[in-house]
Amino acid sequence: MSTASVPLPNWITYGLIPLLNLIVAFFISGLVVWWIGENPFTALRLLIEGALGRGDAIGFTLFYTTSFIFTGLSVAVAFHAGLFNIGSEGQAYIGGLGAALVALALDQYVPWYVTMPFAIMGAALFGAGWAFIPAWLQAKRGSHIVITTIMFNFIGAALMVYLLVNVLIVPGKMAPETRTFLPGGQLPKLDWLMALFGAKLGPAPFNVSFIIALVMCYLVWLLIWRTKLGYEMRTLGISPSAAVYAGIPYSRTVIIAMLISGGLAGMMALNPVMGASARLQVEFVGGAGFVGIAVSLMGRSHPVGIIFAALLFGILYQGGADLSFEMPNITREMIVVIQGLVILFAGALEYMFRPALVHVYQRFKRA
Amino acid sequence: MKKTLLSILALAALSTTALAADVKPALVYGTGGKFDKSFNEAAYQGAEKFKKETGTDYRDFEPTSDTQGEQAIRNFASKGFNPVVAVSFAWTSAMEKVAAEFPNTKFVIVDSVVKLPNVRSVVFKEEEGSYLVGVMAGLASKSGKVGFIGGMDIPLIRKFACGYAQGAKAANAKIQVLQNMTGTTGAAWNDPVRGGELTKNQIDQGADVIYAAAGATGLGVLQTAADNKKLSIGVDSNQNHLHPGSVLTSMVKRVDLAVYNAYKDTASDKFTGGIQANGVKEEGVGYAMDDNNAKLVTPEMKAAVEKAKADIIAGTIKVHDYMSSNSCPM
Repeated sequence: MSTASVPLPNWITYGLIPLLNLIVAFFISGLVVWWIGENPFTALRLLIEGALGRGDAIGFTLFYTTSFIFTGLSVAVAFHAGLFNIGSEGQAYIGGLGAALVALALDQYVPWYVTMPFAIMGAALFGAGWAFIPAWLQAKRGSHIVITTIMFNFIGAALMVYLLVNVLIVPGKMAPETRTFLPGGQLPKLDWLMALFGAKLGPAPFNVSFIIALVMCYLVWLLIWRTKLGYEMRTLGISPSAAVYAGIPYSRTVIIAMLISGGLAGMMALNPVMGASARLQVEFVGGAGFVGIAVSLMGRSHPVGIIFAALLFGILYQGGADLSFEMPNITREMIVVIQGLVILFAGALEYMFRPALVHVYQRFKRA
Repeated sequence: MKKTLLSILALAALSTTALAADVKPALVYGTGGKFDKSFNEAAYQGAEKFKKETGTDYRDFEPTSDTQGEQAIRNFASKGFNPVVAVSFAWTSAMEKVAAEFPNTKFVIVDSVVKLPNVRSVVFKEEEGSYLVGVMAGLASKSGKVGFIGGMDIPLIRKFACGYAQGAKAANAKIQVLQNMTGTTGAAWNDPVRGGELTKNQIDQGADVIYAAAGATGLGVLQTAADNKKLSIGVDSNQNHLHPGSVLTSMVKRVDLAVYNAYKDTASDKFTGGIQANGVKEEGVGYAMDDNNAKLVTPEMKAAVEKAKADIIAGTIKVHDYMSSNSCPM
């Protein structure tokens, strides 16, 4: 009898299985750490302390988490419509252009809370715009979305470097970046939120975009499970032919799903561009778009799952950097190995323990 | 288990007190990584040299992103490291912030300028060094075509390309300079495969001397040139030994000296802030000669490049700096 279809209670599917996967991933990482001659328990302690031990560490962790929530949501929305959007990286990059243009135009005249809504719109519009062409090609020409979105990441990178090196650069400066935004173009830090819990944020760039990310989580949940459009997207995702037979317009749904996905990816730019560095820099996305794929997979494309998965990756990013800082033997490549193991066990091998758990569960229930 | 943990902690505590001398050097690399056989490795060599001579250990860190770089610089400063050296222009804004927060710590940034009293900014006149190797390339080329392969397409690398083209034209007015950039993202510093493909392409177009200014990507350029029995020119570190008989010379940029001097000056209390512009005159840039390339460089080439060097020092040759006008006259 196949075990794949046996229903398990939610606490096993969403609680126990991810936890088991995580433990196995950390166990194997521990073996690797031990193998290169470091103490795995010290390493684990340094990783956790580095991510959650101090106020500024938590601030950095939540800063990374914010970026991953946006890109995770972006991948998830497209995934519900059966589209694998690999282009969040590029859409976020172009979204940064939208946010930066708004900030550069308005920061001299108005306070940040006036700039913010325009910047959100700018980032989302530019991100969505960058997703539009692949979406249109998929909907009308059948060009596979995976291929076109990957290619658009490179086109986006080329376009942004061109603009930053030739157009937006401050003349005479070495680094290809725009001028620093005035306070009117910056998103304020959330030090008051940290102060509520008695922690000091210090230099960590944890900012208002975290709240925007949480609002977006709620809106995505509303869209996917409480609207007609969300229902159409899910139907299309499960079976395109059935969806078309039921009268759901294929092209329109594909394009709208991708526009929303691109818009969410674009908004990710608010966090690093307006929240942290207050300028548009080359490569500010730094792989967050690709991490979004793992976050979305781990979070089962559900906003709540995405928040937790993003938090986990935030901890791995911040704690990992701190670990390799404290233990020079653990190089940055080792950190990538540990992150890779977590993705492997929690994403790719997510159902490895399921058959065994089903047996245990059934025996347990019978008894 | 608890015992081992405790003993490790105790050991860690001991080793930090042992480090607490006057100078507690730290080094933050660029995102290309420590062992790129080029820019970052030169910095590493400088730190190693200081360690060997004085016995003072140093700590280093390889950041993977901008946020991490700023964190690393701040972490080093807050843990009492002094001086903190950051190589790569990418840390400019990070340095501006952190150096202002720690006015009593000494900082050094390489390849960029930060105007604060406790920061020494070390910049190089890459156009002058590139001019010299350009002269050599122009004389060594039999086909009348030389190549340039850059890493990421940023002003700094165009500065290399522009100096090289000027040198090649000075040696041979009819020479054609082929130019390619590896990419538009940071991955372009670490993509030897693509570097090799571009080299193959330039060789097919007739180039027989190819200059790589592309970090670890350059390793692929040098390899491909050697495989096709053509000449190549290395960058930043002396790369002549990588393919003896094929690497014509290397445009050395003394990042190692910048790092070494920073530590040494702090140790002897002679650290000064401000801008240090190192050109041919200051021996901050130059071309590399050793046993590996002695046979490739003819006396005629040697004389021409020495003359160009003397002229640059005397000021009779002014190499145009791409960054001064954001354009290249070539």
